[in-house]
Amino acid sequence: MAATITRTVDARGSFCPGPLMELIRAIKESEVGDTIAVWSADKGSKLDIPKWIEKAGHTLVSLESKDGYDEIVVTKAR
Amino acid sequence: MDEPINLVLFSGTDDKLQAAAVMTAGAAALGRRVNIFLQYWALDAFRKDRIATGRGLSAEAGEAGAALVAAAAKAGQSPWHETLRQAKELGEVDIQACSLSMDVLKIEEDDLDPLVDGVEGVTAFYINAGDGHIVFI
Repeated sequence: MAATITRTVDARGSFCPGPLMELIRAIKESEVGDTIAVWSADKGSKLDIPKWIEKAGHTLVSLESKDGYDEIVVTKAR
Repeated sequence: MDEPINLVLFSGTDDKLQAAAVMTAGAAALGRRVNIFLQYWALDAFRKDRIATGRGLSAEAGEAGAALVAAAAKAGQSPWHETLRQAKELGEVDIQACSLSMDVLKIEEDDLDPLVDGVEGVTAFYINAGDGHIVFI
């Protein structure tokens, strides 16, 4: 079942590692259980962000290629 | 991973400072401590009256490389000092000026951008570096 997105971070104008930094800031400001979508047009982020999510102990909900950008959805787990 | 990442920045060109800023931001994102030691031309680039001024690229960039870097900047890539500022917000990043380079270049602590946390000697840098890797850029 798809989680409800609490917040969307549009980082499509950012270069690597900007989208990850914007996501981390959003996660810090969120509550455990919140689900955050980050949009990135930078090719490195769809590789790096899932690895960071795993290492940081959060939950990757989905990674989807959209029209010209990627949407990565993560639930804050701790 | 308790040991910090340690970067010695020597070059003052925008491309090398940008690469160093990205390395720093990535480490900060992972919760690694980063110690940065500024020498010579990198230190000069952190003077508050020059930090926002473009300082050119490494010679190997050539005209074509310079055009690509300029296009990325125009497309909204953050300048290196902004990336470093964000990395400092995100994690534990300590930036120290090399005291010898300060003397050689006749730079006073007041001349430096607030991104710089202080001035230290090379021995203090090694002590803070502990057993962490040291990268020279």
